[in-house]
Amino acid sequence: MSVTPTITLADQPFEPGALVTAFCAGRQETGAVATFVGLARAERGAAAALELEAYPGFTDAAISEIAKDAIKRFKLQDVHIVHRTGRIAPGEAIVFVATAAGHRREAFEACDFLMDYLKSRAPFWKKEHGPDGARWIEPTDRDRTDAERWDG
Amino acid sequence: MARVLLFGRLADQAGWRERVVAAGDLASLRATLSATDPELGEALSGPGVQVAVDKTIVRGESVLTAATEVAFLPPMSGG
Repeated sequence: MSVTPTITLADQPFEPGALVTAFCAGRQETGAVATFVGLARAERGAAAALELEAYPGFTDAAISEIAKDAIKRFKLQDVHIVHRTGRIAPGEAIVFVATAAGHRREAFEACDFLMDYLKSRAPFWKKEHGPDGARWIEPTDRDRTDAERWDG
Repeated sequence: MARVLLFGRLADQAGWRERVVAAGDLASLRATLSATDPELGEALSGPGVQVAVDKTIVRGESVLTAATEVAFLPPMSGG
């Protein structure tokens, strides 16, 4: 059975609850759905907004490749990833990941694996708008070491 | 000819994100861009900058046609 991940780049706010409901619907053989929602932090006023740039057709294809890897690695039944682009206000959802598996361990681990990839290696360019102007951001050391846990 | 796309800090630096440039291969494309904006030319060859031709990363030379899309990608930040 071949599973095709669903990858969506959204330039408008999305509602995570509705995505979970839709993802869980109509499943007879899924024992576990794990979800993760990442929100934009205000950083106590330091970040008025986040701006995420993607390369449509390239960014979603790269995420799809890693999602296919996760499907094989964790024997997933389904994956849905939604990632915001554009200007994102504090409190808004940036990313949604849902994984479906027969049992919980695979669903949890796949969600963790996908987030480590998305935070450190996915092809996005991130700009933080703060009180002192805007600056481009690169992955933190923590993001890199989190992602390296799955290498090798 | 190629449709050139710039992302992230490269687009900010250049002041444009998309432009059609007459060039038959990547080397002449880089030379043309450098001639009009030497600082951009330098940044495009800077550390960590990758080139995608028709949405596939290429290392080295590539022939460009009128329909080719060339994207210069600065280091990616993750989401």
